[in-house]
Amino acid sequence: MNDMTPIQTTLKDWESDQEVRWCPGCGDYAILKAVQRTLPMIGADPKNTVFVSGIGCSSRFPYYVESYGFHTIHGRAPAFATGIKLANPDLDIWLVTGDGDGLSIGGNHTMHVLRRNLDCQIMLFNNEIYGLTKGQYSPTSRVGTSSPSSPVGSVDRPALPCAFALGSGARFVARGYDVSKDLPEVLKAAYYHKGAAFIEIFQNCIVYNKDRFDDFTQKKVADDTQVWCRDGEPLLFAKGTKGLALDHDTLTLKVVDVEDGDWQAAGVAVHNVKNRGLAHMLVEMPFGPFPMALGVLYDDPRPTFESEVVAERAKLIEGKTADLGKLLAKGQTWTVEG
Amino acid sequence: MASITAEQEKPASVQTASPEAVVVRFAGDSGDGMQLTGGQFTLSTALAGNDLATFPDFPAEIRAPQGTLFGVSAFQINFGSSEITTAGDAPDVLVAMNPAALKTNVQALKPGGLVIVDTGEFSKRNLEKAKYETNPIEDGSLAKWDVLAFDISALTLEAVKPFGLGNKEALRCKNMWTLGLALWMFDRDRQPLIDWLKAKFAKNPVLADANIAALNAGHAYGETAELAGPLKKLHVDPVPSEPGLYRTITGAEAVSLGLVAGAKLADLPMFFGGYPITPASAILHNLVKIKEFGVTTFQAEDEIAAICAAIGASYAGQLGVTSSSGPGIALKGEAMGLAIMTELPLVIVNSQRGGPSTGLPTKTEQSDLYQAVYGRNGDASLPVIAARSPADAFECAIEACRIAVQFMTPVILLTDGYIGNASEPWKVPDPASFEPFPVSFLGETNNPDGKVLPFKRDERGVRPWIKPGTEGLMHRIGGIEKGIDTGDIDYAPQVHQAQTDARKAKVDGVANAIPAQDVCLGEESGKLAVVGWGSTFGPIHQAVRRARRKGLSVSHIHVRHVWPLPANLGELLKGFDRVLVPEMNTGQFKTVLRDQFLIDAVPLSKTSGQPFAIAEIEEAIASFFDGIPDNEGGEVPVNETQLPSPEA
Repeated sequence: MNDMTPIQTTLKDWESDQEVRWCPGCGDYAILKAVQRTLPMIGADPKNTVFVSGIGCSSRFPYYVESYGFHTIHGRAPAFATGIKLANPDLDIWLVTGDGDGLSIGGNHTMHVLRRNLDCQIMLFNNEIYGLTKGQYSPTSRVGTSSPSSPVGSVDRPALPCAFALGSGARFVARGYDVSKDLPEVLKAAYYHKGAAFIEIFQNCIVYNKDRFDDFTQKKVADDTQVWCRDGEPLLFAKGTKGLALDHDTLTLKVVDVEDGDWQAAGVAVHNVKNRGLAHMLVEMPFGPFPMALGVLYDDPRPTFESEVVAERAKLIEGKTADLGKLLAKGQTWTVEG
Repeated sequence: MASITAEQEKPASVQTASPEAVVVRFAGDSGDGMQLTGGQFTLSTALAGNDLATFPDFPAEIRAPQGTLFGVSAFQINFGSSEITTAGDAPDVLVAMNPAALKTNVQALKPGGLVIVDTGEFSKRNLEKAKYETNPIEDGSLAKWDVLAFDISALTLEAVKPFGLGNKEALRCKNMWTLGLALWMFDRDRQPLIDWLKAKFAKNPVLADANIAALNAGHAYGETAELAGPLKKLHVDPVPSEPGLYRTITGAEAVSLGLVAGAKLADLPMFFGGYPITPASAILHNLVKIKEFGVTTFQAEDEIAAICAAIGASYAGQLGVTSSSGPGIALKGEAMGLAIMTELPLVIVNSQRGGPSTGLPTKTEQSDLYQAVYGRNGDASLPVIAARSPADAFECAIEACRIAVQFMTPVILLTDGYIGNASEPWKVPDPASFEPFPVSFLGETNNPDGKVLPFKRDERGVRPWIKPGTEGLMHRIGGIEKGIDTGDIDYAPQVHQAQTDARKAKVDGVANAIPAQDVCLGEESGKLAVVGWGSTFGPIHQAVRRARRKGLSVSHIHVRHVWPLPANLGELLKGFDRVLVPEMNTGQFKTVLRDQFLIDAVPLSKTSGQPFAIAEIEEAIASFFDGIPDNEGGEVPVNETQLPSPEA
């Protein structure tokens, strides 16, 4: 985010005149709407907003937002964003990437933009498949995923996007999913975090990996399988009848039953977005025995890359004047008389 | 002290000879400070008013094992009283600090040339490391040269004794002792070096004093003429040059300064994205030190991120620049395509080295021309400029910036390891002498109907540059084919045809915005044109000059704009019976010339990692005329002793 005067806009103001070309029913539509709903809420200014993407289905995103947009090359969006932000720190940058773009071909850049802590929002649409290239297994596909390139099931172990982000030094890690009504809240928090904000968004690829996240996104199972992490609040789910507590023997989380809403008695942990250790445990929880941790899992700002670059530069040039004539004539010189 | 071989025991006398040009090579272990010695000798030579050219030749290993053949580091300088354009072919004087340096360099020395060796390093162990079975100083194998062998190590230790340095530190002053001797030989002033040493060791005056003492001792050694025979004082007259202020400059420095000047002329801040690679890193190091000129530097995680960040900065309204060497340029290829597709300005500097793959990281070659001109997917044309010398790189960098912003296109600037590291005197230009080319960004819509048209082309086919942050001009760009004017995604057949044609026409049109091709030496037509590009300029120029002195009808054409080629080049070349193209590759520019002009250009290839010797090109020219039946001059001999040896 940037400190700028809030601008009054509506959802309509953020819709470009381009025809949206995702498959009917694609989760990307819902994410696009969530973003277009969020931007007016935070008072974003279209002229100072830049959407930068790589390649993949999700990377068409910038074309559909009425702001500045740059659809770049596969995996490299973080590098472009770095150049844009360093050239003009007043711009607000949203990165749009996917599991293939951001963790496979562009994994290196994702790591470095996070560790440098460039001020931007990184939305990683995770559908656990390569959609645009017609359905090959991706770096987040579960073992055994059948696809055109893995007819008897994939053998690679998947990467955990949020664990990767934390491991890379991210100072903000959040999770949401395409049709979640709470996605704008997550995006807002990401926007208000000054620095690189990493948001994994589970997205339903209805053509190549249909309903992959139904286990926790379906309305009828959502309550029992989602734990929404909110700073200062207990980590409860299943309508408050269950919670996450620290197992003091194994130093891991465990699911505990909560009687009559007395979560304190059950030892349920209170979420603290500045607790890095807790964030690691939340993102590593295996789904099934545990619910899916959603919301802002970690949020502990540090100085941003571009502000450090500006400060370093100020230090380097202090007391120096930019006299090109003098620069060219630097070092030992001699004069040839006419 | 001095052990001089029998044949040199002639009456001692200090004479002053005055040759036109002299080539000196300092060679030693990579820890001996040979590059430093050479660099300081260069400076004193420039201060004495000689024209000069240098060639540093060092190993790829950071600290190669001491005394080994592959750990030898050398520095060659050619200086004289007439215009110097190459580092010279065969040295007249070789200073060899150990057996390995002698072994790897002595064969290059001119017959009758002078070898100075440090006997203190000719131990049995060092001889073994250099794979000598017997001591070459004693076994007569150096008979074709004059040899001066004395214990420089012991003399240095003696000279620095009063300063109480440890043995290792004391021996490090050897290079200054040697330099002192060289300064005496070539009648150079010691004062600038003494000043330099004082400044360099300001925090450690004892080291400064010890080095100065070693320098003085070496000088005094020559002066007191305890030596007989070949060691004599040589005075090389200053070259008459254009009046003005001069300094020495390396190619890497010139590129850095040229980029800064270019950005200033464009009235833009500059963003430099780089990743460490030999020999291109020097540009990043230089730019980091001059950020007050609106320079932002970014050391990226890899070559790809370096160029992508630079493109991002261009998109945001700065002049994006990236630099690398062949392997890194290969990685940047896809991003260059995006800059071509989105029509954003960008300067890409390639300091070429020997390839393919890792190849010869510290040696020179011109083998990335195909890569620059043709090396991308799709019809992805971009302008390519090649610098011919360290000083020329300054103007070329400005020219690259100008074309990039005036045509909204990435531009490749080719230099090479030789240009990057070598230094030459440079007449410091007046920044006001360059025509500014200030950039204007689109500030309001260019469409009477309202919505901005980011790809609406002007009469040269150039689109407007629009900065994010500009009110009302929001738009999207990307690598997918786009509609005419609007830039909206559109890959209809007729659209791709039209946009491909438009991109090509725009880059072809650069030919109308560059100077017409001239002939840099000789007539505008004749029997033979020797056509070169890049750092072969020096040897070609000297070879053509010598051939012309023999009365041969040969001209030198040097091409700076290698893509698109100057509009008149085809006609110019057709005025010659034959075209010879010497290149440090297997004939890449030859192919471009054949393709563009359907002429029978003949290649002269060299891919040894070393620059051309003048004699090699001279020989090729001579063989052309030998083959011509009506050549009245008959067989043209190659000039074998093109430079007088100190003995002459």
